[in-house]
Amino acid sequence: MRLRRSMLFVPGSNTSMVCNAFVYKPDTVMFDLEDSVAISEKDSARLMVFHALQHFTYADVETAVRVNPLESPYGLLDLEAVIRAGVDIVRLPKTDTVDDVLDMQNAIEKIEKEIGSKKETKLLAAIESALGVVNAVDIARCSKRLMGIALGAEDFVRDLRTQRTKEGLELSAARSHILLAARAAKINAFDSVFSDVKDKEGFIREVTYIKGLGFDGKSLVNPNQISTLHSIYAPTKQEIEWALEVIEASEHAKKHGLGVISIDGKMVDAPIIARAKSVIELAKASGVMGDDEDE
Amino acid sequence: MADITSCGHAGTLESSDVLIHIEPSQDIEINLISSVEELYGDDIKALVLEVLEKMNIKAVKVDINDKGALDYVIKARLQTAILRALEDGDKPDWSLL
Repeated sequence: MRLRRSMLFVPGSNTSMVCNAFVYKPDTVMFDLEDSVAISEKDSARLMVFHALQHFTYADVETAVRVNPLESPYGLLDLEAVIRAGVDIVRLPKTDTVDDVLDMQNAIEKIEKEIGSKKETKLLAAIESALGVVNAVDIARCSKRLMGIALGAEDFVRDLRTQRTKEGLELSAARSHILLAARAAKINAFDSVFSDVKDKEGFIREVTYIKGLGFDGKSLVNPNQISTLHSIYAPTKQEIEWALEVIEASEHAKKHGLGVISIDGKMVDAPIIARAKSVIELAKASGVMGDDEDE
Repeated sequence: MADITSCGHAGTLESSDVLIHIEPSQDIEINLISSVEELYGDDIKALVLEVLEKMNIKAVKVDINDKGALDYVIKARLQTAILRALEDGDKPDWSLL
């Protein structure tokens, strides 16, 4: 099970962060060549990320790069660099339509073919507009390379002609729609950044909320947010005990040819058993449970 | 051979970074200021020579002010400075980088 709870944004122009981001152990490091990089430093950031991706310090962490739009003077150069450097995922900036994804896919395929790469670079589409949200279902299903869709809230609320609040009501429709689109396509769904790094309580509230909705993870802007997010996503002791009990009871029922079973008066059927199994998988992947603790 | 006929620079003086300035010269000249010069000065100069050789540059003056940069940071900054001097950033030969 690959965890994608934390996706840490690292500006490609910030050398110190580029060199040290792996230390904080996010599930995915997301180097940014787009909004966080000044026009005058697009070339230097691109080369920095090109080399960082090939450095041994990033060999064991999933890497992603947010490239500039293909229609900009930088998008194709960014792609040339990061595909050659072996990035795992290309994050598309503002994805409004299926064509945005297919254009990026075609450009990547062309480069992979040119360099004889056997690696199939994955795509992550950032949904940052009302049009993108409306098209999310089609976008999520348009490419086998697409591993997820992500909400980009700042641009989205601007498009909605409103602003972000701590309560997040302005994002509720987009979050639900993006999550449904991702689940229907069986790909990952990622929530937007929580930019007020000093508001830990607000961050905890938001992560708890988006985890409850079903998001796989969240983009982060500060390494300090990683451990908090991971601990919220890790199953609790009670959840693990419940899951183990469900699995044990279902195995017992199967062995003795019993039909529907119940635990504490609650019916346990296939979806409950599947959920229990995923709790155990997540517990193991999160490191809160040993690989053989359920044997 | 790529001729360096104008100046180029890249990088910053922030920690973990390096500021590199290059300018035309008759041969290869490397000037290094680094807090870790005693330990890694020779390695940094060897890395600079390796980058220049790969990019086929036979004559250039390279001023390096290192603030504890990793090897790949020095490489990226030097290549950026060279591509800027060559005004070649929009069509780099990736096989040389």
